[in-house]
Amino acid sequence: MVSKVTIDENRCKGCGLCVRACPKKIMQLSKTKLNEKGYHPAEVTDQEACIACASCARTCPDAVITVEKE
Amino acid sequence: MKTVFKKTPVLTDTIMHYCPGCGHGIVHRLVAEVIEELGIQNKTIGFVPVGCAVFGYKYFNIDCVEAAHGRAPAAATGCKRVNPENIVFTYQGDGDLASIGAAEIVHAAHRGEKITTIFINNAIYGMTGGQMAPTTLVGQKTTTSPYGRDPEHCGKPIRIAEMIATIEGAAYVERVSVDCVPNIIKAKAAIKKAFQCQIDRKGFALVEVLSSCPTNWGKSPAEAMDWIKSDMIPYYPLGVKKDTTNE
Repeated sequence: MVSKVTIDENRCKGCGLCVRACPKKIMQLSKTKLNEKGYHPAEVTDQEACIACASCARTCPDAVITVEKE
Repeated sequence: MKTVFKKTPVLTDTIMHYCPGCGHGIVHRLVAEVIEELGIQNKTIGFVPVGCAVFGYKYFNIDCVEAAHGRAPAAATGCKRVNPENIVFTYQGDGDLASIGAAEIVHAAHRGEKITTIFINNAIYGMTGGQMAPTTLVGQKTTTSPYGRDPEHCGKPIRIAEMIATIEGAAYVERVSVDCVPNIIKAKAAIKKAFQCQIDRKGFALVEVLSSCPTNWGKSPAEAMDWIKSDMIPYYPLGVKKDTTNE
């Protein structure tokens, strides 16, 4: 499946609830990036493994995740 | 590409002031998604509480009123009675609804007001710095119960959903949780039903949402969600407490 997860990084607070919710374990908090607010934003480590279930987006308290699929 | 999930336009683009991992953000989004799906954005009026959700009017892309502490159901009553065609809801925390506003919510339910109440139970006062709330669990440490809540001294936590369900005027009462994705999906269904209950003029509807307060609980956001499941849900059982919407 071709899927695309877009994270609005500057709105992300790095809470990690998406990391906890992802059934494929392909979310992590960035180890290198900091956003405008000083948080480590969430990122997808393996986009090809994504099944577009949107669990990350449904648990995100700040509604920063958009999920699309073919 | 087909969009599976994106932020609803019923939420504004303002960045919420809530702490990272706070359940308020999730519940705000669920309420906003329900308003979008029911197509009632242009006629819904929200009443936000005193507490962490005090700035709710900045986040919901609808008309909102800021009510005095605990008095959202009373203010919403007036609004709904003079504007019966509008959809009126209150969004209240446990310090607001279960403590100072306990009389207002009981009598709004008792009168069978055609309003919807979303009640956030995170077992603590969030905005004022983590004091003990009526809903704080036995043994739970807060800034005003540093050795844990002692039921001999403070009584046991109040179960609002069960209490409101005993009131004749309440048509629909359910308790849900936002600790995991399946429960978030169920929570949204409950909120939608509570709004539908008002659209159908069935009576008062209340949805109690078990939510997290990582900062004042002293836990990480993930640990806080686990704590809802391990400690809150056993005392505050999930499920429909009353439903007369089919009668």
